[in-house]
Amino acid sequence: MLGKLSWSAIPTHEPIDMIASGLMILSIGGILIGITVKGHWPYLWREWLTSVDHKRIGVMYCLLAMVMLLRGFTDAIMMRAQQAFAAGGAQGYLPPEHYDQVFSAHGTIMIFFVAMPFIVGLMNFAVPLQLGVRDVAFPTLNSVSLWLAASGALLVNISLVIGNFARTGWFAYPPLSELRFSPDVGVDYYLWALQISGVGTLLGGVNLVTTILKLRAPGMSYMRMPMFCWTALASNLLIIAAFPVLTAAFAMLLLDRYLGFHFFTVGHGGNMMMYVDLFWVWGHPEVYILILPPFGVFSEVVATFSGKPLFGYRSMVAATLAICILSFMVWLHHFFTMGAGADVNSVFGIISMIIAVPTGVKIFNWLFTMYRGRLRLTVPTLWTIGFMITFAIGGATGVLLAIPPIDFIVHDTVFLVAHFHNVIIAGVLFGAFAGYNYWFPKAFGFTLDEGWGKASFWCWLIGFYLAFMPLYWLGLEGMPRRMQHYQDLGWQPWLQVAAVGALVILCGIACIIIQLVVSIRTRDRRRDTTGDPWNGRTLEWATPSPPPMWNFPSLPQVEGEDAFWHMKQLAREGEGQPAQPAAYGPIEMPKNSPTGFITAFFAVVTGFALIWHIWWMVGLGLAGAFATTLVFAWRDVAEMEIPAEQVASFYEAHPAGLLR
Amino acid sequence: MDITPHDRAPGDETTPEARRDETLAGLQAYLIGLGLSLILTATSFWAATTSALWAPGVAIGLVVLAIAQMGVHLVFFLHITTGPDNVNNVLALAFGVMIVGLVVIGSLWIMVHLNANMMPSATG
Repeated sequence: MLGKLSWSAIPTHEPIDMIASGLMILSIGGILIGITVKGHWPYLWREWLTSVDHKRIGVMYCLLAMVMLLRGFTDAIMMRAQQAFAAGGAQGYLPPEHYDQVFSAHGTIMIFFVAMPFIVGLMNFAVPLQLGVRDVAFPTLNSVSLWLAASGALLVNISLVIGNFARTGWFAYPPLSELRFSPDVGVDYYLWALQISGVGTLLGGVNLVTTILKLRAPGMSYMRMPMFCWTALASNLLIIAAFPVLTAAFAMLLLDRYLGFHFFTVGHGGNMMMYVDLFWVWGHPEVYILILPPFGVFSEVVATFSGKPLFGYRSMVAATLAICILSFMVWLHHFFTMGAGADVNSVFGIISMIIAVPTGVKIFNWLFTMYRGRLRLTVPTLWTIGFMITFAIGGATGVLLAIPPIDFIVHDTVFLVAHFHNVIIAGVLFGAFAGYNYWFPKAFGFTLDEGWGKASFWCWLIGFYLAFMPLYWLGLEGMPRRMQHYQDLGWQPWLQVAAVGALVILCGIACIIIQLVVSIRTRDRRRDTTGDPWNGRTLEWATPSPPPMWNFPSLPQVEGEDAFWHMKQLAREGEGQPAQPAAYGPIEMPKNSPTGFITAFFAVVTGFALIWHIWWMVGLGLAGAFATTLVFAWRDVAEMEIPAEQVASFYEAHPAGLLR
Repeated sequence: MDITPHDRAPGDETTPEARRDETLAGLQAYLIGLGLSLILTATSFWAATTSALWAPGVAIGLVVLAIAQMGVHLVFFLHITTGPDNVNNVLALAFGVMIVGLVVIGSLWIMVHLNANMMPSATG
């Protein structure tokens, strides 16, 4: 009846698990009860859960990322604490099988449920506004994507309470991840959570590519698009090209585990190296999927706060597209040491080094944009400068690792761990926080507190160096990654420094939360009444903050790069477009739809049932999802009309924004 | 074909007559495509089973027929044309073909290497 599920699936014998689950259940329960008591459900359902507005979906993606960051960071600090103590005779407080789950969950969560939703959220929020349009190409599909990502995150969190998570590392290489060596549900949680959220990511990629290619304001030719839109285009093209490969590899592993196939098994003609190959065919583009949108954020931030157009716009576009293509030609560098010969290794090593060239072009373009600009040292600028310095170090160690002989020496050591945290934290997370501080006033209509923002930046920056510079050294000393326990007492002081670094980063996270709370409490005196708090250059700053559901009363006419800057200049000279149209017309907008939320509900049911082999529930979940699709496909009214009076009264109440 | 029935945006105004013409033109394209692909498929099966042809040439002939089949699918079913409003589709196709090429050729090369350099599997 319940497949493999029984009471023994709840890890009552592991106190750490039980405390973590208890805290999680208490906090989620507390929030749900709070919402119920205050009677916010109808509002939440109407305005957020069923919303198909790209801005709100973007905000919810970022919120998902920040909540999951707390979960992923808890794993991180547990590992740092374990390694700070478990030297020589001491065994630390985490048993090996639990430690293995912690590092697997940390990697999976940080990549798929923190970095991905954060950048997808920023793209969802900003790209349609920057293009001067009203929504993405497929608004309801957008909502489906969001909720499928949330479903995957929920499944990973359920694994904390019911059953266990994978102990295979975040890439789940066979044969370890095969049924023979991982017979319990951990790998199944991993696979189904990522399959479900992967579908969401793929649909989101299709949506944004279509939006950028097909829906741009009149006059917004490709070479007039803001840099962030270019990087979003490149990133989403990579999503479309790369994610199906991951889905296929996972599908084959699932067939191995569920139906006795032999794609990657030991023996019976299976070849586990094929999984490694396919995983990194996705995995390398994935790091560029993650890093390209932050490059776009930094481009916007640098240009805005230097008060200058982006230096070398065309070279920036070329560099972005070069990275987009090169990223598909280097995947072997993730497994140089797994048996390829010298000629394969040298070709992939050389191409890996070549990727540093377009990235270097970008760094110089940002520097030249700042040069002789009137740089304002706001919070987004600080994140950007911190990124440039730190990312350059990470890039340099990346070029080192791209040299196969060096990779043979430091592969699978904490040198590698330091390298990829160096590029992902300093690149993706710093970019996400820069974008968060930069676009927050647009999303909510008030700015974030500068003081706490700066404190969070310095904690993250210092904490990062403390946590990861020791790992570079230890990696050169030969310390393998993923050690629950080690004999060499000489390593311990370095690992204790790294643990202190993690604590400083914890302060940085606390500062971000305090910054948000303080800013909400003092929102009345930090309102952005102009719609343009940073003296911006692109179209999102041309509307009031927060923008109305329809973004723009009529689609703006774009006459060059930095469209909004151009409009402001014309307005100052008393020319250009009239500040206010003669009369507002009615606006047609997509209707809210619960399709995404309900589909995701059934996706969770299906995923959970598949993990525990509860076949009747699989049928139920699939039928429910299919029925939801049918109901959506046969809907009669897809759009609603916002009457002209409502549009006019909005702009009367919000006398801000150039385009009104 | 000067009617492009497959890229009408939602909300574009059309008359019922125009829509009927579009549907018919679209149907015609699909039927031509279906006919061509059936002919190509039948030819491949015939070529593979007959002994009337010079045997070593059959494989090359099948490759040619397969590529022709792909072309028919692209033109008649996926509506890849050289028209000015088709640039996006053509570029997307080129990008896709390039990525698939990189992945397939790269993977084959890597796997051949791995097989050559690895110890033979114990159970085969």
